Amino acid sequence: MELRFTDEEIAFRKEVRAFIDAKLPKALREKLAAGHHPTRDDIVFWQKTLNDKGWGVAHWPVPYGGTGWDAVKQYIFLEEMMMAPSPPPLAFGTSMVGPVIYTFGSEAQKKRFLPRIASLDDWWCQGFSEPGAGSDLAGLKTKAEKVGDHWVINGQKTWTTLGQYADWIFVLARTDASVKKQEGISFILVDMKTPGITVKPIQTIDGGHEVNEVFFDDVKVPLENLVGQENKGWDYAKFLLGNERTGIARVGISKQRIRKIKEMAAIEQRGGRPLIEDQRFREKIAEVEIELKALEITQLRVIAGEKKREKGKPDPASSVLKIKGSELQQATTELLMEVIGPHSAPFAPEEPGSNEPPIGPEWAQTIAPTYFNVRKVSIYGGSNEIQKNIIAKAVLGL
Amino acid sequence: MDFDLSEEQQLLKDSVDGFLSDTYDFESRKKIAALPGGWSPEVWAKFAELGILGLPFAEEDGGFGGGAVETMLLAESFGKHLVLEPYLATVILGGGVLKRAGSAAQKAEHIAAIAEGSRTFALATTERHSRYDLFDVTTAAKKAGASFVLDGEKAVVVHGGSADRIIVSARTGGSRRDRGGIGLFMVPADAPGLSRRSSPTQDGTHAAEITLSGVRVDADGVLGDPEGGLPVLEAVADEAIAALCAEAVGAMSELTDLTVDYLKQRKQFGVPIGGFQALQHRAAEMFVALEQARSMAMFAAMTAATEDATERRALASAAKVQIGRSAKFIGQQGIQLHGGIGMTMEYKAGHYFKRLTMIDTLFGDADHHLAEVACYGQLVSAA
Repeated sequence: MELRFTDEEIAFRKEVRAFIDAKLPKALREKLAAGHHPTRDDIVFWQKTLNDKGWGVAHWPVPYGGTGWDAVKQYIFLEEMMMAPSPPPLAFGTSMVGPVIYTFGSEAQKKRFLPRIASLDDWWCQGFSEPGAGSDLAGLKTKAEKVGDHWVINGQKTWTTLGQYADWIFVLARTDASVKKQEGISFILVDMKTPGITVKPIQTIDGGHEVNEVFFDDVKVPLENLVGQENKGWDYAKFLLGNERTGIARVGISKQRIRKIKEMAAIEQRGGRPLIEDQRFREKIAEVEIELKALEITQLRVIAGEKKREKGKPDPASSVLKIKGSELQQATTELLMEVIGPHSAPFAPEEPGSNEPPIGPEWAQTIAPTYFNVRKVSIYGGSNEIQKNIIAKAVLGL
Repeated sequence: MDFDLSEEQQLLKDSVDGFLSDTYDFESRKKIAALPGGWSPEVWAKFAELGILGLPFAEEDGGFGGGAVETMLLAESFGKHLVLEPYLATVILGGGVLKRAGSAAQKAEHIAAIAEGSRTFALATTERHSRYDLFDVTTAAKKAGASFVLDGEKAVVVHGGSADRIIVSARTGGSRRDRGGIGLFMVPADAPGLSRRSSPTQDGTHAAEITLSGVRVDADGVLGDPEGGLPVLEAVADEAIAALCAEAVGAMSELTDLTVDYLKQRKQFGVPIGGFQALQHRAAEMFVALEQARSMAMFAAMTAATEDATERRALASAAKVQIGRSAKFIGQQGIQLHGGIGMTMEYKAGHYFKRLTMIDTLFGDADHHLAEVACYGQLVSAA
């Protein structure tokens, strides 16, 4: 047993860090560190930068553009990006539909889509959730009917993150209503420019526009856009949801936020003294740091175990990472709220109507919106309650 | 980075697990607890035979050169079986002081005696008002020629009633809470002026109140620098914390398994209660707490050799906080999910809960260590 990284891994971390330092513009880095969202262009720029280096889809198999790094290096790579912080990769392409296409897709689909995912020439979004199908995703109602040489899709998707920028959407649609609900679902790739698709923004409680509703009204899609076999879509969806394991705990993001808490708490005051000198507040930070350290080790244990596990079979213990990781992301945003206190109040819309700067310290603007926004992390990707169901059933056998 | 055990470590784990699984079931433990002193000399002799009493000592001192990971494996197994023998008191605490502060002659004599199972130790640091501060010492050590004379009282000395030798922290200079002026003195249990009153503890071990009244300690009983004992005590405490964390993980893991099994067997409303989501989620939360604790017990073992003492102490503290938090949750929920049967003395679950509760009070509870991390810790270093 050895907790320290090997010399090779330490050198690798340095290489990644040096690359980020050289290529990530300072202004962008500072904007993200201050809690602002990256724009579409920021995300595309960074993905292209990584892709030019050969790191765009680092975790994919080598024949499709991957690096062949082991799980530890993948972890180091992601952690450095989170801590920088750099724009996050667009998971819908690189971590979700990409692996589904190279695992289950046709040769033509691989050729057509994979390089454009890696370069982010195609922006993908996810068409899974529906107004009536959240945790019970298999209960989805969006229909795809075979009419001549096309699928005709009708229905509605929701919570479609960054769908406003998307070129393509991967859709779970019901293709057989006569069988058990999991057995009549297909996985279909749809061009967002197809007539009959309407995207409507949903404003979230932080005031931001990340998610959308997507309506399908007699949308005609070529039959060849089906991935794998008809009615096997549920299997591919489960593969997709279980696929993104390294980094699910977002330890790097929480670490970066703890640093920010300490920096800001040295500026803000309580009782006429810097808040960071307040013992009770220091203990609150310590409490989160300890849980985060434990989570980091848990994550490394899951990664180390991955080498030994059957390929493609995620460790059900990774639900622990999702639960604790989301709780800690929320705890850190809560501490930032406490740091800024009354100055969290001024609300500055993301797309301001005037050039007048908002009142209060500039850096305080993003804190409350981030706190509100991050409530999502214990809801998306299988809510924490669903994760507990998974632990109870798959780990404990209840 | 690597979480695998070496071949030797795996062998060690298998032999200790095997021995305890064969001989240390819950009924045998009840009989052992009823023996005088609350532990079994027979089991102790077997420990000596297995080589584990000499495990964490350097080979040149007569040990087997084991490190913190080896101790972790042992302690986890002890936790699973709720082992009552004075391993912590003798090997980790007594031996821990000896190997760090003992002279060549002291090590040669006493470490050999520990390893062969012929001598047990206890470490007397706690006083009525010291709580968890190792530097809060009022017991006095007055110099008298080449000897010292000890006067004072020590509280809840684990296995202090049965130990052959007691190592006592006593003040040679300075005032009550000074970090300097603390010495470590080894006193035979039958030394004139030493009296002890032993009592069983909540978790089935034993602890003693020790009164020292004009106890004379000659040069061969002085361990290390009589003014500079505190850093030694702190290093020993950190090693003990790592061992306690692992022991707690063993106990938490067994209690979680026991609880999950019970949820599968116990029927109410015509069905196993494990089918109810409220209980499933609680069990899942126990699993999460257990995995977080397991990670920190490993962390404590793997960072035990950290050179910088301030950093080492903060890391041990961080582990003890996590273990304290997880142990309280798992202990309390383990009882709750068992319902009435969990409340009975005859059933195993409550004994895990009680041991976990007592572990929190050894070498600092979660809040004590949280304050330490808040003062000294930098688990997430500045950019």
